[in-house]
Amino acid sequence: MPSGTVSHGASGRLRGLFLVMVLVFLEGSVFTVAVASSDQHSPTTAHSGGHKATDHGSHNNTGKAFPVLDLNYENVRVPFEISLWVLLASLMKLGFHLVPHLSNIVPESCLLIVVGLLVGGIIRGTGETVPPVMDSKLFFYILLPPIILDAGYFLPIRPFMENLGTILIFAVVGTLWNAFFVGGLLYGVCQIGTETSSILSRIGLLQCLLFGSIISAVDPVAVLAVFEEIHINELLHILVFGESLLNDAVTVVLYHLFEEFSGIGSVTLLKGFLGVISFFVVALGGVLVGVLYGILAAFTSRFTSHTRVIEPLFVFLYSYMAYLSAEIFHLSGIMALIACGAVMRPYVEANISHKSHTTIKYFLKMWSSVSETLIFIFLGVATVAGPHDWNWTFVTVTVILCLVARVIGVVGLTFIINKFRIVKLTTKDQFIIAYGGLRGAIAFSLGFLLKKEHFPEREIFLTAIITVIFFTVFVQGMTIKPLVELLAVKKKQEAKRSINEEIHTQFLDHLLTGIEDICGHYGHHHWKDKLNRFNKKYVKKCLIAGERSKEPQLIAFYHKMEMKQAIQLVESGGGIKMPSAVPSTVSMQNIQPRPPTKPAPERAIPQLSKNKEEEIRKILRTNLQRTRQRLRSYNRHTLVADPYEDGLSDLFLKKQKMFQIEKKPASNKVPMIQVDLASPQSPDSVNLLDEFGQANQQEEEEQGLMMKPPSRPREAKKPSEEDEAKDPQKLMRCLSDPGPSADEDEDGAFLP
Amino acid sequence: MGALQSSPGRPEYSDLAEKTGFSFEQIGVLHKRFKQLSHNEETLRRDNFNEIDDLAFNPIRAQIIEAFFDRRNFHQNGEGKVQEIGFEEFVVVMSHFRPPSAHMTEEQRGKTRREKLRFLFNMHDTDNDGTITLEEYRHVVEELLSRSGTLEKETAKCIADAAMLEVASISVGHMEPDEFYEGITFEHFLKFMMWILDNRKWECCSA
Repeated sequence: MPSGTVSHGASGRLRGLFLVMVLVFLEGSVFTVAVASSDQHSPTTAHSGGHKATDHGSHNNTGKAFPVLDLNYENVRVPFEISLWVLLASLMKLGFHLVPHLSNIVPESCLLIVVGLLVGGIIRGTGETVPPVMDSKLFFYILLPPIILDAGYFLPIRPFMENLGTILIFAVVGTLWNAFFVGGLLYGVCQIGTETSSILSRIGLLQCLLFGSIISAVDPVAVLAVFEEIHINELLHILVFGESLLNDAVTVVLYHLFEEFSGIGSVTLLKGFLGVISFFVVALGGVLVGVLYGILAAFTSRFTSHTRVIEPLFVFLYSYMAYLSAEIFHLSGIMALIACGAVMRPYVEANISHKSHTTIKYFLKMWSSVSETLIFIFLGVATVAGPHDWNWTFVTVTVILCLVARVIGVVGLTFIINKFRIVKLTTKDQFIIAYGGLRGAIAFSLGFLLKKEHFPEREIFLTAIITVIFFTVFVQGMTIKPLVELLAVKKKQEAKRSINEEIHTQFLDHLLTGIEDICGHYGHHHWKDKLNRFNKKYVKKCLIAGERSKEPQLIAFYHKMEMKQAIQLVESGGGIKMPSAVPSTVSMQNIQPRPPTKPAPERAIPQLSKNKEEEIRKILRTNLQRTRQRLRSYNRHTLVADPYEDGLSDLFLKKQKMFQIEKKPASNKVPMIQVDLASPQSPDSVNLLDEFGQANQQEEEEQGLMMKPPSRPREAKKPSEEDEAKDPQKLMRCLSDPGPSADEDEDGAFLP
Repeated sequence: MGALQSSPGRPEYSDLAEKTGFSFEQIGVLHKRFKQLSHNEETLRRDNFNEIDDLAFNPIRAQIIEAFFDRRNFHQNGEGKVQEIGFEEFVVVMSHFRPPSAHMTEEQRGKTRREKLRFLFNMHDTDNDGTITLEEYRHVVEELLSRSGTLEKETAKCIADAAMLEVASISVGHMEPDEFYEGITFEHFLKFMMWILDNRKWECCSA
């Protein structure tokens, strides 16, 4: 995980760590004071002194002197405390990465829970009551949505859809199995029990089933937090993660079902049947709501070309509304959110500016990161807060049953699923899937929601839930990384999505669709193709503004890739090579078929040697060629007719050249110049001789050589240094239009 | 997908089944389709393929159809094109897309993969010289973009160039400036397609 202090040495880290500790202590003490004073309503305490303004009676202070310095905490209490919590969370996050080696051994989630325990302990230690931070409303309406939206918006659609069947089976059947297995066996154990069973035997079957349904759902927050750090291959990641997202529908239905039943106390077959129906309603209804809002958002984004600044806001608002609307009808809010994000993304991204895209990405990552941190800290605090009712039998049986149920469920289901899958799941895969079934804060919040009147055994449940959560997060979370190494599970491939992959993916898609058509079989390629065509013909026209609705995906991808490379080049000062997996000296000229009549001077040596003089000579020789850098420049023949682009791309080219040539020979990386032979249509070696003259003068200062693009032979412009600095910015600013394509970024691992 | 319309013991079926790995049932289904496409004749011609409506939307339709008439795909070490194919050749070509059976050894799996990639390679290498040259690759990209309405030849060229450069970088690594990269050989192709195949489904569940 990238640390912000990458350029500092170990001493820098320690210094930073020390500073963070100081900050934390300060903050902690302020926090304790804040919590302490919040519980006191009268001004007569040692802390606040006599000037604390109360709600009433502050007006008749005629006898007192005018308070020059006053203390009024009550007014800002709530926002202040919230800010303190968030600040604490963020500082913790900072701190973990400064401590060497810690983040490699212990996953962040564990550390955060420990911090929460500490904070809770401190608060309790000072004699105050721990604030009930794990309020279910707070959790479900504020903390959870950013995480789910982040997951849904950046969901890799292709692997998700390809494995949808498997994911659904795990999510639905697996969760049902877990719930009934755990619930049923727990009931059995409670009935049999030992002498403490007098408490336990009061727990009815329905309550046990309800508990089972709460505890059986794999938690997306925990899974995200842990899996982020282990970088397993995409398939496993999407299986476990997809399962954790989709099982929300099952959890919602089961929860309400059993809650209803235990409240009323009678179960009829009709109710059971209605339960099954309600599952479909909840799931599909949630998705429908999400899709609706997604389309609305896409449609809105079509008209935002004049108000770019609020574009991200629409994305967030519509998604949140989707979540809340689903919650109104007791539909699955998580599925609504995922559907909304996934549906709106391709269209919104085609419409919004590049900056808005960056904004959305970073805001989502920021919010979800903070949310996740807060959730784990609150879990720790809530553990300290209690109230607890520890029952050895119940807790240990629960933990064991959860594990056993998960393993049996995964193995059994995989056996069935493998009959239908083409890429079978191996035993190793099954182990990871089973082991990755972490429980988290959702289970706790659901338990917290239970009302004491209906569920006298609420505390037992809560204690058991917390124990299971701790067990999965700590034990499984900490050991999964070494286990992944031990079992040599396939890791995520680091190779970036290349243009070749894109070409061949499309090619294969069309090929397979064609074969399916030829053999008359309407397989899933056929329907996918039909959907794509429908999308292109009707939907894109509606939802994407202007020219971009007609841009084929391949070209969009190519532009996006070029853009990325260009930005990278500018940001790094031109010292890097094109991001390909293998450093190589192959350049365009090696590929272009050499026309037989080209004169000798066009031979270029793209590789710079260490010797400065040789370098200069080579630079000169290089510059005798056409210098249109196809790969790292904006192609003049881009689809988007942006009036600024033409002029600026030339300046940009020059900037690139200057950067390349300014490389210090002592740099570690072997600097590469990508040059290519120009197209045979415009030989203008004659014009370059002029440049040669100019270049000669300039080269003494090593300022770099100005190359003119072959298309404008008459203009030998030499922009000054200041212009050069401004150009890329101008370029960036003006390029408000080309947004990224529908394909996903290689940015999944942003959460450090 | 329909009952067998012929007895499983037909001798030519067993031959084909052994050669291509299809089951009798699947071959039966394919035979039915063959008859449908060829209007009950013995051979299929290119026009028969052109009649398939659904194929009309496919941008690489021409190349797919050509692949059926390419002798290199018949596993008989032939070369060149034919004008019409019989049922046997039809099944052989289709066998490239058969889902792998459960009891395949690793070696067999590797072999079928190679065959599939060879098929793909043959589709690209139209002049049959054993390499995919830049021209041929450009043609591939142009075809892919042809149905999208905007025929931007320059962009297609650039995309193909960039892709070719990438393959060259990955396959060859180091090249002197005056060396010339002839084209993608089958070995290079294998190398860089392998990991694409790892991530994508190649088979379609025919029959």
